[in-house]
Amino acid sequence: MTPTRVAFSALLGKDLRTELRTLQSLPAMALFAVTTFVIFRFGLDRTALSGSLAAGVLWVTLLFAAILGINRLFVAEREEGGFDAVRLAPIDRTAVFAAKAAALLVYLVALELITVPIFAIFFLDSAAALPPLALALLLADLGLAATGTLISSMAVNSRARDLLTPLVLLPLAVPLSIATTGAIEPLLGVGGPTYERFGTWLAVLGLYDLIFLLVGYAVFDFLLED
Amino acid sequence: MTEAIELRGLRREYGERAALAGVDLSLRRGESLLVLGPNGAGKTTLLRVLATLLRPSGGKASVLGAALPGEAWKVRGRIGLLGHDALLYRDLSGRENLRFHARLHGIGGDDAEARIDELLGAAGMARRADDRVAELSAGMRQRIAVCRCVLHEPELLLLDEPDSNLDAEGRELAQGLIGPAPGRSRVLVSHDPERFRAESDQVLRLGIGEAAGAAAA
Amino acid sequence: MYGNGLKPLSIATVATLALSLSLVFFYAPLDADQGFIQKIFYLHVPLAITALIGFVIGGVFAILHLRSGDSRWDAYSYVSIHMSVIFGVAVLITGAIWAKASWGHWWVWDEPTLVSFLIVFLMYATYYPFRYAIEDRDRQARYASVFAITAGAFVPLNFMAVRMAESLVHPRTFATAEGGLPAEMMLTFLVSLVAMGLLWTTLVKFELTAKSASGQLKRLRRALDAPSSGGASRVAPEVS
Repeated sequence: MTPTRVAFSALLGKDLRTELRTLQSLPAMALFAVTTFVIFRFGLDRTALSGSLAAGVLWVTLLFAAILGINRLFVAEREEGGFDAVRLAPIDRTAVFAAKAAALLVYLVALELITVPIFAIFFLDSAAALPPLALALLLADLGLAATGTLISSMAVNSRARDLLTPLVLLPLAVPLSIATTGAIEPLLGVGGPTYERFGTWLAVLGLYDLIFLLVGYAVFDFLLED
Repeated sequence: MTEAIELRGLRREYGERAALAGVDLSLRRGESLLVLGPNGAGKTTLLRVLATLLRPSGGKASVLGAALPGEAWKVRGRIGLLGHDALLYRDLSGRENLRFHARLHGIGGDDAEARIDELLGAAGMARRADDRVAELSAGMRQRIAVCRCVLHEPELLLLDEPDSNLDAEGRELAQGLIGPAPGRSRVLVSHDPERFRAESDQVLRLGIGEAAGAAAA
Repeated sequence: MYGNGLKPLSIATVATLALSLSLVFFYAPLDADQGFIQKIFYLHVPLAITALIGFVIGGVFAILHLRSGDSRWDAYSYVSIHMSVIFGVAVLITGAIWAKASWGHWWVWDEPTLVSFLIVFLMYATYYPFRYAIEDRDRQARYASVFAITAGAFVPLNFMAVRMAESLVHPRTFATAEGGLPAEMMLTFLVSLVAMGLLWTTLVKFELTAKSASGQLKRLRRALDAPSSGGASRVAPEVS
C-alpha cells in the first residue's frame, strides 16, 4: 500500500496544480466577495463598519463565497468519470478526505488573503485587528474545510448538486458562524481591538474543527464505496 | 496456485434489477477471458466488480486470491482497468496524469519518470505527452489511458472495448502493451466476437438477467 | 414482524397520555407568573426532549447501518429522524404559543434552547431534499447515514454555541413563585415525558410496520410479475 503521506501530497498537488492552471474557482470567489461588500455598503447605507456589523458583513460574505466555490473541488473529479482513478489506487482512503479538505483550506485562505485587506480598506479605519482576525479566520476555515468536503463529496453525486451543498452546509455552519463572529466582533470595535472571550471562542472553533475532522475521518471510507 | 479469478454465482443488483444474475468463472493465471453479450447484459458491471469498484450483491468472488468485497484492499494496485472513461484529468498533461497515477501507486521519482517515458514511447505519444489532455483527440487519450493501465505492472488487466477510438496504428501499439503476456491474466470485453477470439482462452457470454458460465474458447 | 407488540405499546401510550393530560389539567399547580398557559410547557418540553433523543437515536442507527451494511438499520434511522422532525414542528409551534403567552411575541431570540432547537430542526429538515436527490438506492442509504451521523455530532455543538452567544440567559420558567420545581410539577412533567417517549416509539414502530407491509407487497407483486401500483417515484427506503 502506498504510504498515506505520498498519496496525500499526490492528491493535494493534483488539485492545486489544476486550480492554478485553470483558475476556475478562486477569482470568481474573490470577485463575488468584493462585490458583496459593495452591495452591503449600499444595503446597510454605511461607509464604515465596526463591531458586530463589521464581523457580520465580513463573515457572511466569506461564508457565502466559500460555499460557491466548494462544489468545484469535486465537480472536476466527477466529470472525469468520478473518483475511479483514486478508488482504484492502493491507498488509505482517508488520505482522500485529508487532501480534499487541505485543498479547500488553501482555497479559503487564499480567498481571505485577497478579500480581507480589501474589506479593511473599504470599511475599517485601522489594520490593527488583522493579525488576530487572521487567526480566528484560519480556525474557521479549517471547520469549513472539514464540513465542506464532507457535504460536497456527497452532493456531487446527486441530482441537485448546486442546491444541495449550500442547503445542507448552511445549518451545519451555524455554530461555526456564531463562534467566528463572536471572536471577531470585539476585534473590530471602534476604539481598537479588544479580546473579550477571544480565547473561549477560539476554543469553540477548535472543538468544532476537531469534531468534524474526526467525523470526516471516520466516515469518508463509506462515501467512496459503491 | 490460486486462480486469477474465481466466481461462483456472482450477483450484482441495482435496486430490483439484476445486472448480473449469477456468473460462474474460473480463470487461471496467465489466461485471457473474452466477455461477450448484448448491450445491457452487464459486461461493464462485471468488469467494475472485478476492479473492486462495485461490491457484489451476492455469490462468491475472489480476485488474485482475495475475497471480495472484504479483502478488496489487498488487490488494488495489482489490477489495471481500461474502462469507457479514460480517467484522465483534462487540465493536466498526459505525462502529469501518468505521474499522478504512478505516485498513487507508490512508484516514485526517477523510476516513475523512466517508466513513463518508456510507455509513452511505446504508445507513440512521446511528442504530445506534455499537451493538456483536453487538447488531445479521443484516440490519443485512449493511448494515454492504455499507458495508465499498465504503468504499475498489474497482474490482472480489465479491458473494456480496448480498441475504441484507436486507429490501426494505435491498435497495434496498444496490443504491445495490453496484449497477452506471460503471467498476466486478462479480461476483455468486446462487441466484436471475432476480433479477440484467437488470443482468448475462455469465453463468457452474458445475457440480460441470465446466469452465465464461461467456456473454453 | 414489526407489528409484534404494536398493540400493547399503543395501549400503553394512550393510557400514559390520558394520565398525563389529567395530571396537567387537574393535578399540577398553577404557575405564579404565567398562569394557565404555562401548562403548555408540559407538552413543549417533553416533545423537545423526545425529538432530540430521537435524532440521536437516528444517528446511532446510522452508525449501525454503516458498520453492518444491513439496510434495516437505515430504515430505522430514516423513520427515527422523520418522526423527530414531525415532533420538531410541534415543538416549534408550542414554543411559539408559549412565547406569545409569556412574552407577548410569537418568537423570542433570547431563549437559547428554543433557538438551538430551531437550528437543529432546520438542519434535519434538509435530510429529505438531500436524501431524495441521490438516485442510487444503496448510495442514498449510505449518504443518509453519513448525514445522520454528522448532524448528530452537530447537535451538542450547536446547543453549546447558541448558549454561549446569549449574554443574558433568560430565566427558565421551571419554577413557581418560590423558585425550584415543586414535586407536583415535576411528577406531571415526568409523566408527560414518558408519554411523549411512548408516543414517539409507537409512531415509529407503526411507520416501520406500514413500510414493511408495503415492502412485502411490492416484493410479492414483483415475484408474480404483476404491474405495481404507481412507480417508485421517490425511492423512499424500503423495509424488508
